[in-house]
Amino acid sequence: MRLQIPLIVVLVTGLLLIVTFFIPHEPFGSLEQRFLIWYSIVAGFTMLLGLDSLTRYHLVRIRDKIKGWGFSIVLLLGLFITLGLGFYSWAKYQSPFTLGSPFMFLYTYVIIPLQATMFALLAFFIASAAYRAFRARTTEATLLLVAAVLIMLGRVPLGGWLWHRMVDFADLIPGTHLAGLKNLEIFARINDWIMDIPQTAAKRGIFIGATLGGIVMSIRIILGIERSYISGS
Amino acid sequence: MKFWERLGAIDRKIIYTVIGLAVIIPLVTKLTFPIRVSDTVRNAYNSIERLPAGSIVMISIDYDAASGPELQPMLIAVLRHCFKKNIKVILTGHWALGLPLGEIALNQVAAEYHKKYGQDYINIGYRPGYTALIVGIGREIRDFFSTDYKRVPIDSFAFMRRVHNYNEINLLVGLEAGATGDAWVLYAGARYGLKMFFGATGVSAPDLYPYLQAKQIEGILAGLQGAAEYETLINEKGTGTLGMPTQSVVHGLIIIFIILGNISYFVLRRKKE
Repeated sequence: MRLQIPLIVVLVTGLLLIVTFFIPHEPFGSLEQRFLIWYSIVAGFTMLLGLDSLTRYHLVRIRDKIKGWGFSIVLLLGLFITLGLGFYSWAKYQSPFTLGSPFMFLYTYVIIPLQATMFALLAFFIASAAYRAFRARTTEATLLLVAAVLIMLGRVPLGGWLWHRMVDFADLIPGTHLAGLKNLEIFARINDWIMDIPQTAAKRGIFIGATLGGIVMSIRIILGIERSYISGS
Repeated sequence: MKFWERLGAIDRKIIYTVIGLAVIIPLVTKLTFPIRVSDTVRNAYNSIERLPAGSIVMISIDYDAASGPELQPMLIAVLRHCFKKNIKVILTGHWALGLPLGEIALNQVAAEYHKKYGQDYINIGYRPGYTALIVGIGREIRDFFSTDYKRVPIDSFAFMRRVHNYNEINLLVGLEAGATGDAWVLYAGARYGLKMFFGATGVSAPDLYPYLQAKQIEGILAGLQGAAEYETLINEKGTGTLGMPTQSVVHGLIIIFIILGNISYFVLRRKKE
């Protein structure tokens, strides 16, 4: 019974959600809305679950002095100071997001710089990785490399600037009048073409494949063939 | 031989230093480049430009501070455009840590255009479970957002009294650093016919092109360049425009590094053969 009841709940809920999605008329319409509200409430409680799981995991690391346990102390301090300031600001300023509240102070001067720094480091890693990995070893690698360089030029004003200098240089040849070619903005146009045609075609293929995979997985779950989400099965 | 080997194995500390300087110098010298406006950004701009005064635009903050440098200039530019045209704004978001960025931008731009909270704009905040919210708002927004972010009932704001679902919202502007944009297109767009355009990080923008080609979205602002293009269209220079010279120089440097690495690779390969 411990296995059958969850499977029946999933089957009935899954089928009902599909029916209510495609038939918006009553009683299915309001039933769908009810399901969505429940979903939103359950999603809220998953945050509590995450908080519980994260806290337990790091408390165990600290208790057993597992390598790097000092970082766990920093994490838990950060977690509970943020939480505490959030609740305090909520109580005193009606919302943690009110400008001037202690939570917003923490957000502005700690969270924003930390997150921005982590992401900004990517620029350095990408530069180093591109230099080491982008080698024209095979035809496919060469295609990727050429496309990447053209996109990098076409996505920024540098491409336009470079094209104008190239036209100016070609214009130095006696008898040529190429100034009109400047409006062609060739690198930007190549960028637009790559993004609109080959890139979109590849993306569409990936999307269709992933969506079909998602549909298959959903049907397997609804019919009880895929049971890995049930603990112990 | 040694020169070519060295050329192919430049120490990463040197690369980091050069990139660091390439970021700092254009910012300090205030180098400028003319910005070319692409059709995708112009279409997005026109979708707001066409709206009459009093229309309602919903802005969704689906990013956090990590993507802030790319997406925050877009938010500020879109807010300036809306307030300039007396369009009312409903701000929401599906990334809990992005909402404060929305609040910061709203306060900044509202002060510039003397707009009042509750009269010209509102921040309804964050609720978990974005797929459910996006579908559910199509029926009744109050089922999920009965109050604003300060727990004030939304019915206490005059313009919100007439907003029940997407029928009363003229346009959605989604600022995306992840996959939330897909849910907006699939549910709010395909099911309820809500018009929308997206601002996205340079990394996530390619995911949105199939929607653009299928005319499911009006336009895309892609990366910092997209923000700079929008700023050019509304004639308000911001951090998007200021950041473009830096991005240009860094892109140029990365291309030079790639070329150097490949020259070294081909010379060494020929010598081996």
